Formats: sequence, C-alpha cells, structure tokens
Amino acid sequence: MIHPSQLNTVLIADDDLDDCVLVKEAFGECGDNINLTFVHDGIQLLQYLRHQGVYADSSATQRPDLILLDLNMPLKDGHEALAEVKADPYLRSIPVVVLTISSREEDVLRTYELGGAGFIIKPTSLNDMVEVVKVLNEYWFEVVELSGIEHVNKIKGRNFVQ
Amino acid sequence: MFNIAKPVVFLMADDDPDDRLLIKEAFQESLISNSIFFVEDGVELLDYLRHQDRYSDPDIAPTPDLILLDLNMPRKDGREALAEIKSDPHLRYIPVVVLTTSKAEEDIMRSYDIGAAGYITKPVTFDGLVEAIKGLKRYWVQIVRLPVINAVKE
Repeated sequence: MIHPSQLNTVLIADDDLDDCVLVKEAFGECGDNINLTFVHDGIQLLQYLRHQGVYADSSATQRPDLILLDLNMPLKDGHEALAEVKADPYLRSIPVVVLTISSREEDVLRTYELGGAGFIIKPTSLNDMVEVVKVLNEYWFEVVELSGIEHVNKIKGRNFVQ
Repeated sequence: MFNIAKPVVFLMADDDPDDRLLIKEAFQESLISNSIFFVEDGVELLDYLRHQDRYSDPDIAPTPDLILLDLNMPRKDGREALAEIKSDPHLRYIPVVVLTTSKAEEDIMRSYDIGAAGYITKPVTFDGLVEAIKGLKRYWVQIVRLPVINAVKE
C-alpha cells in the first residue's frame, strides 16, 4: 500500500499567487516526492490537460495524478473546469480536490455533485497548510491506488504522452 | 483541527461477513469515533440509500456521509451500484470509496471513471487495515468538508 519510490504529480489551479507560494512551501515541508505544477485559471488547466495552446509541446506536460482546484478563478472558474474534466473520457479518472477559501454549503454540494473527490477550505497559515498537505498526500499517495497512465492508454486506446 | 462538530456516518457495502467484522474492528481501533452501518450487496445498498423497505426509518438507516464499497458482491456488484449512485441526482453527492481485494488495473481505472473518490486495496493484515482506515478518516473526517444536505436542500 505504500509506494515510496515513485514521483507523484500534482497539478494546482489557483489564480492567487500568494496562495500558490503557500501551497508550494507546504508541499516542500512534506518531502520531495511530489512533482508540483501550477496553472492560474480554468482555461489554462484544460489546455494543460489537453496539450493545447502554450502547452502544445506535450513533452513539457505530464498527466497529473491529482488536481487541486481553486473555485474562484478568472476566465473559467473551478466548477466549470471540474465539470469539463469529469465530462472528458480521457481526463475523468483523474481525482480533483477543491481547495478554496469558500465555505458556502452550495459550493460544497456542487463540488461533490460534479464529481469532486474532496472539498478543503484553504488554510491561511503555513502550519495548517502543512497539516492539510500531509493528510492529502497520505490519502492519495499511500492509502489509495491511482490509475496509471499506461492503463488509460491500454484500456482506452489513445496515446497520452507521459 | 478543522472539522470536529458533526459525527460522520459511514456506510459499508460488503458481502463477506469476516471482512465486515474486520472493518468494524478497524474503525474501533482507529480512535476517531464515527458510526458505521453495513449492507451486504448492491441491491441492499440502493434500498438503504433510497429509504426503501426495511431501511425506511432514518434512525435505523441514517443517510451516510461516505460510502465504502466492495466490488465483488452478489445480486448487484459494486461497479453497478457505483454507476447507479453516481447517475442518481439525489445520491450522487455522496462520496464513494472502493474497498476491495481486487488489484486489477481495469477495476481501478473504471472505478475512478464512474466517479469513485478513492480506491483502496484491502490490506492483508489487520494492522494494515487499521492504518488504511486511519488515513481514510484523517482525510474525510479531519480535513475535508462534506456536504450538509439539510442546509441546502429542502
């Protein structure tokens, strides 16, 4: 159940640069076995996942094991992006966890209805963020099994670039 | 530290009585006190969630905050039950975590595909199971916010 050797990839979509720094520091405190990538709105997120636009050079983009998604972002917000990821047969098996300052019950419910795999209220201090990242890493990278890219290719018959 | 107010209700669907007992004991070992309810196959699971037949009393069968789902069960298996839950507008908000002996990649991918919020391969030792349940609870009980249905619906 523990997979210590592999490098896991987390893609973070958040338009607030201070929050991105906080998340990065928190992951840094929790070890070096996570490869972090940041995008800053819902359009960039989808372009990254589909190797479009500035991400067309697919050798630079890796299919993430987990997506952390802010809700309030420009261009395309988190719920729209979540709905789009979950409607795409080649992306929908990637777990998406919402990480937001919102604590509105409507946002929580909508996240789960759209297929979110967790709703976390963004901590404001580094200590609390480290606590969240520790538990998040433990659950997604030690407790549960994730679906590897090679199997998505084999079962769905399309070549994603690793 | 984050969510301490409301006890989380778990519902486990598993046809193997030994596994149900082990899960129950692992929950007791894992310190954070929560209630766990059991059903034995996918048909019972859907009856429970829809308050049908012997599950009509909400005190006996409270709506769960999280479902733990075995895949291989008689009558209606976990894959069918998961697909049915995730296509039902009244049930789809409930997170479902698969807990199974299957290690088949196809099962892992299909489970996430149809909306699982985690896929746990049943550890072979009791200690391993307790560790997995502890990790599950730290995530879903301590750091994740789950929907409070009455606050939004009805």
